[in-house]
Amino acid sequence: MTWRDLCSWTRRRDSSESERRLESNLPYEGEKSKNQPNRHYAGNAIKTTKYTLWNFIPKNLIEQFRRVANAYFLSIAILNFVPSVNAFQPQVALIPICVILSLTAIKDAWEDFRRYQSDRKLNRRPCLIYSRSQQSFMERRWKDVKVGDFVRVLSNEIIPADILLLHTSDPNGVCHMETANLDGETNLKQRRVVPGFCDTNSTFEPQNFNSIVVCEKPNDNLNHFSGFEKGNKKTGFGIESLLLRGCTVRNTADASGIVVYAHETKSMLNNNRPRNKRSKLERKMNIEVFFCVLLLIFMCLIGAVHVIWLESFSTIPMYFIPNSDGTYTSSALSGVNMFFTMIILLQVIIPISLYLSIELVKMGQVYFITQDVDLYDEERDIRMQCRALNITEDLGQIQYIFSDKTGTLTENKMVFRRCTIMGTEYPHSENATRLALLAGETDADEEVIYQQNRRPPLFSLEEAQDGPARASARLPGNSSLHRSRVTAGASSCMAFSSPMETEVVPDETLLHLMENEEDKSYLDFFLAMAICNTVVVSTDTARRQGVTGRRNSALSSNPLECMEGLFSRATCCKRLRKSLEKLTCRRDSHAEPFDMGQTSFYDVSAFTNSVEGFDEDENAPGHRSNVNRRPRTGSSPAAPLEVCYEAESPDEAALVHAAKAYGFTLLERTPDHVTVRLPHGKELKFKVLDVLNFDPVRRRMSIIVRHPRTREIIMYTKGADSGIMEAAETQGDLDMYARDGLRTLCFAKKVVNEQTYSAWSIRRQEALAAISRKKELLMDTAADMENNLTLLATGIEDRLQENVPETIRALREAGIQVWVLTGDKLETAVNIAYSCMLLDHRDLVFTFNTESKREFSIGLVIDGRTLSLLLDDDLQTQFVELCSHCRSVLCCRATPLQKSRVVTLMRHRLKVMTLAIDGANDVNMIQAADVGVGISGQEGMQAVMASDFSISRFKHLKKLLLVHGHWCSTRLANMIVYFFYKNVQAYVNLLFWYQLFCGFTGTAMIDYWFMIFFNLLFTSAPPIMFGIMDREISAFMLLQLPQLYKRGQQTGGYRRSTFWIGILDAFYQSFICFFIPYWAYEGSDVDIFTLGIPMNTVSLFTIILHLAIEIKSWTVVHWVIMVGSVLVYFIVSLAFSALCISCNPPSDPYWLMQQQMADPIFYLICILTTVVALLPYFLHALRGTLMPSDHLKARQIDQLPPHRRDQFLREWRNLQELCASFPSV
Amino acid sequence: MSKPLKKISLTKLLHQNKNKWSFIKLRQFYQSLEKILKETCSYAELCTNNGHWLDYTGTEMNSSCFSCSSVKPDCVCELTFSFSQLFEGPVFFYYGLSNYYQNYRQYGVSKDANQLSGDTTYFLSPQDTCSPYQYDSSGKPIVPCGSIANSKFNDTFKLYLMVNGVKTLVPFDGKGIAWWTDYNVKYRNPATVNGSLAKAFDGTVKPPNWPKPAYELDPSDAANNGFVNQDFLVWMRRAALPNFRKLYGRITGGDYSQGLPAGNYTLQINYNYPVVNFKGTKKVIFSNVSWMGGKNEFLGLAYLVIGCLCVVMAIVMLIVYAKYKFSDDDDMQ
Repeated sequence: MTWRDLCSWTRRRDSSESERRLESNLPYEGEKSKNQPNRHYAGNAIKTTKYTLWNFIPKNLIEQFRRVANAYFLSIAILNFVPSVNAFQPQVALIPICVILSLTAIKDAWEDFRRYQSDRKLNRRPCLIYSRSQQSFMERRWKDVKVGDFVRVLSNEIIPADILLLHTSDPNGVCHMETANLDGETNLKQRRVVPGFCDTNSTFEPQNFNSIVVCEKPNDNLNHFSGFEKGNKKTGFGIESLLLRGCTVRNTADASGIVVYAHETKSMLNNNRPRNKRSKLERKMNIEVFFCVLLLIFMCLIGAVHVIWLESFSTIPMYFIPNSDGTYTSSALSGVNMFFTMIILLQVIIPISLYLSIELVKMGQVYFITQDVDLYDEERDIRMQCRALNITEDLGQIQYIFSDKTGTLTENKMVFRRCTIMGTEYPHSENATRLALLAGETDADEEVIYQQNRRPPLFSLEEAQDGPARASARLPGNSSLHRSRVTAGASSCMAFSSPMETEVVPDETLLHLMENEEDKSYLDFFLAMAICNTVVVSTDTARRQGVTGRRNSALSSNPLECMEGLFSRATCCKRLRKSLEKLTCRRDSHAEPFDMGQTSFYDVSAFTNSVEGFDEDENAPGHRSNVNRRPRTGSSPAAPLEVCYEAESPDEAALVHAAKAYGFTLLERTPDHVTVRLPHGKELKFKVLDVLNFDPVRRRMSIIVRHPRTREIIMYTKGADSGIMEAAETQGDLDMYARDGLRTLCFAKKVVNEQTYSAWSIRRQEALAAISRKKELLMDTAADMENNLTLLATGIEDRLQENVPETIRALREAGIQVWVLTGDKLETAVNIAYSCMLLDHRDLVFTFNTESKREFSIGLVIDGRTLSLLLDDDLQTQFVELCSHCRSVLCCRATPLQKSRVVTLMRHRLKVMTLAIDGANDVNMIQAADVGVGISGQEGMQAVMASDFSISRFKHLKKLLLVHGHWCSTRLANMIVYFFYKNVQAYVNLLFWYQLFCGFTGTAMIDYWFMIFFNLLFTSAPPIMFGIMDREISAFMLLQLPQLYKRGQQTGGYRRSTFWIGILDAFYQSFICFFIPYWAYEGSDVDIFTLGIPMNTVSLFTIILHLAIEIKSWTVVHWVIMVGSVLVYFIVSLAFSALCISCNPPSDPYWLMQQQMADPIFYLICILTTVVALLPYFLHALRGTLMPSDHLKARQIDQLPPHRRDQFLREWRNLQELCASFPSV
Repeated sequence: MSKPLKKISLTKLLHQNKNKWSFIKLRQFYQSLEKILKETCSYAELCTNNGHWLDYTGTEMNSSCFSCSSVKPDCVCELTFSFSQLFEGPVFFYYGLSNYYQNYRQYGVSKDANQLSGDTTYFLSPQDTCSPYQYDSSGKPIVPCGSIANSKFNDTFKLYLMVNGVKTLVPFDGKGIAWWTDYNVKYRNPATVNGSLAKAFDGTVKPPNWPKPAYELDPSDAANNGFVNQDFLVWMRRAALPNFRKLYGRITGGDYSQGLPAGNYTLQINYNYPVVNFKGTKKVIFSNVSWMGGKNEFLGLAYLVIGCLCVVMAIVMLIVYAKYKFSDDDDMQ
């Protein structure tokens, strides 16, 4: 990053210390900068531009000459200034390189100017900085913010720098922050005031702040920060007290704090530029460039040897030019001179515009990919994004796909399915029925959207209205819901909150038990579900409106889900109401059915109240949608009790909603307290003693609370079953859940005694205040606490994304190996693999785990522990060998590191093109692969940030690879071959042939200006257009016949043989283009440039027509550019010949073109030569007819009328299946 | 030819100056190669130009110009030939040179376009490209400077028809043999000083090889002097290939407008231009032209051959197409 260089001096000073110390700027306000305590730290003005007005030219030139090609062309241009070797006029020789350099410079300047504009916009944003002289916060600009300043951010404002939170308007010292700008996550994150500042609930007085803040040096870790504040005592703080630049303050009227990082903020350090990967094709191409250099040297050596010919004269012929002193250069020296002259003359063999053209072509390709409607996610308004601009063609060569499961193959929308409490399983069959119902409905709706063919709905309207019709008597808002089902588009209230997750129908048995038994384990279970998470409760409607207004946010509304939601709510509410009615009835009979804690009694009216509230609550999203989008729908006013949950992960949301269904409603969460309403309406306020956050190593999170009644210290832990101590009686259920494809989560409880806790707490505080080994220390302390747990369990379903099996099958047919690397349980992973057709039921599956080695076949399932053994050096080779024989490989229980190691191993050992796809945060894996694809989905956006391409659904991968990948790689490969062909054909070879007739003296028979025009004007546009727009086979056929992808996999449509055939063709064509005019004019009185004109013209015709044959799809653009190029040639040539009398000696083009065009021989030559030059295409065409390739067949089929085309496709597929079933034949 | 080729390794080529022996071998090889090339070239000439040509280099002992071939100024020799029937007109008379590289790179740039466009400022200080024919030994500027001008072909020809044993001069029309644009636009004489072109050239010297200065090139026609002299213009348009011919004059005047009648002719040559030292040849060519320019057998032949080839290919394609097309249709049903 360039701005790093710019502020490197400050950083150097900074780095002299291991940490950053800062104090308030206020006492020094108005003093000179050398007295400022924080003067060494960079200010907040951002500067992402690479250049300034002054250094643009030198700096840009240096940048450009880092490219070998540019340096090569420059050195050749410089060589031209050596008088004894110059082939052209020195100044003229500079033109092509200058044009290329200036074009690139213009492009760079434009990009830089855009950056400058956006910088200026950012720098001028207003913000509030405390001023001592004014005794208040004054409006300044972002760029004025300095480290040590006090800044106040109001609600819905963007945070200008990384600020240590010292005060908020919230009485609990809490501030909510939305990080969507940073990582796309839309859930609110809670930040709290540095401990010790919480008390200043009154107005915040920055002047009283006299502590020194010590924190770590700027780094890019968004989730980690540590430091302490040294006032009267030392107080540690972490990331939970840091407001990050670029995030938005929500839900909090104002927040103030001291700026710790300006400019070197975490978000800025995270702000990576588009990744600059080098594609395989480009690497290959460099070898061809090398071949061209060899060819060039060979040709030049032939030229150098011409001295033999000079030696054959007894005396010097009169057309030899002596030196100015009358002597002649010795033959050896003139040989050397000639070598260099020839290099100058034939330099074009390395295409000067190739690199620029490739860049342009890739830009065009990226544009067209991102514009593809099929890759656009209407529901969430997410479009396909290309972050790496230069590896489009790698998409066409993928051989291995490594996919994550959660969020990639699955929706990552979690639904609470069933649970086991104290060894008893509650199947929640009613809930399952509801989900099945909903799923069916979703399918029907998806049909409408995705296939545009309307089928009768699975659910008739009457049937659907049956329930709510009765319910509507009591629920007045309901009648409108059905209408809104058709058109409503409303934002869902919560992150991860389609009705799927938000509503759970309680299991009747469990409800019974809750009434009857006095076992507190049920209570504990639901309490754990409600509080053991980081879900933030948001009630501020203003904030939500702010969000719904933003259409382009990652979480924009899903109309479909909303419809379903509104509909299902009606039915579900009805059922819930029924069950609750039963419940209340029973409650009436039992005076004291359910003892909560010690003193709470069942209050029937409170319970029903809460149910009413719950109902209204459920309607709320619908209302809001009506208000926002559809004012015509009559609606009741927004519900007073509106609870929105902001969860960081979907499973948390699912669990909180499930708890809510059982009446355990999470009402509020502050750093110190969690409030839960119990089924009887009583509210319990737990004091939160500590939260041990989730991390992937521990695979669990814990919360330590003090029970308000019992005063016990209780720790609830939630985590993957492997993360929680194993308990025998539940293990069977867990395995059963996993077999059903459910993701399992366990809850555990531990009661801690006071002494243990206080001892632990001290260690914990020390760990928190530590800077250097904070992470390990925190981990250790967490591990100390999380032991001896008592187990409870739940199961959560993760739905498969739409069209995943189809996509995987298509990718398979395309010859791509699909691997799934997941952290899930073996059983879960296998189940998902079956359901997404990764494993077939006919397959024999090898399962490797450390306990057993069951042998079946083909599919390979590897356990994480086994994987770590296999990744050891001594087993790697066998592992790779084994994997290459497997149809599919499934690695479960794999850590992120293992995943990336698997990818790296396969990539290096098998030398294959790999693609990694992930929907959450497996950055390692994505970066290890050749192509990283991120799914911008429900969970974190880290994967997307690190990816090269981001899509919104797994199914989009099919079109991205099979269509765009195929297109891009063939296009680019064809274009590169064509470019080499073009440059070899035109000029290099023509000029070389001419050397045979001019004594190898480096004379060009074409005027140099024509040569420059030829490459820069006449023949530059068609190949670029070809590279961007040509489509060999239509998208329809490519999707229908995935096996067409196979060709690209090995070679990317670019074989070395293709290159050599191109070069041979170029030699043939140039031979024809030279010798037919030569023979026609031989012995005549033709002069040099008059001979050159037909050669030039014929060469242009051949090049253009050659491309015309190569082009597979013609559009208006093609015609315009092709015909335009020829027209431009004639117009420019005629104009130049007419105007340049002796404008640039020794260039001598005057009246050449006119003279030739008045001569019938010229036309005769043009026609004959072009025909002969393209004659070999006859054989090509014959081969295409007699032995058509699959691609050619597909193109033929493509051109048939639709019904015949479909028939053909069916036949073809049948044939292939037949062939596949008899592999030996 | 392949044997000597095998003997030459690249390293020997690189060390040719050290190893004289292989160098001599190389030169022999090159010479023999060149001989063959020349033979094919002259063969091609015969094929492509149905003109009558006469070689007057004089390298052969029996040639009438043999005595002139060792350089002697103002040597005159005569060639006799005959047409058995009328050589149809309009007849163009060319002189031809072979092995003459007018397309040599340094040679090609050795002129001063500004000087030739009549800009007198370049008369006194010609451009460096003309070097070493920029200034003479006494430091006077050469006009027209440069090697192209200096090497201007300076043989002159007179054609006589023997009518009843009497030589009758067949007049050459030397007007309008250069490009119209060269004569009227590109090349300009300097503005005359007091009506005299010669005075405009004051302070300059003629190119060393020229017998007369530029303003005295054609004593018979004042308008044909200086830079717009037709022969000069023809020479300045550099030939593209080493074996070339250049137009000397047309035979269109009077009795000869129909062509050259049958009979015996004598060509009187003022032999000035040396070619033997670079193994060149000189010849004269009589050629008649049609609306398409000079006769060109190559193009005709090529069109015939390629046309036939195309017809054959078309038939093959038709057969293939028919076969596949109909078999496809069968498949469909």
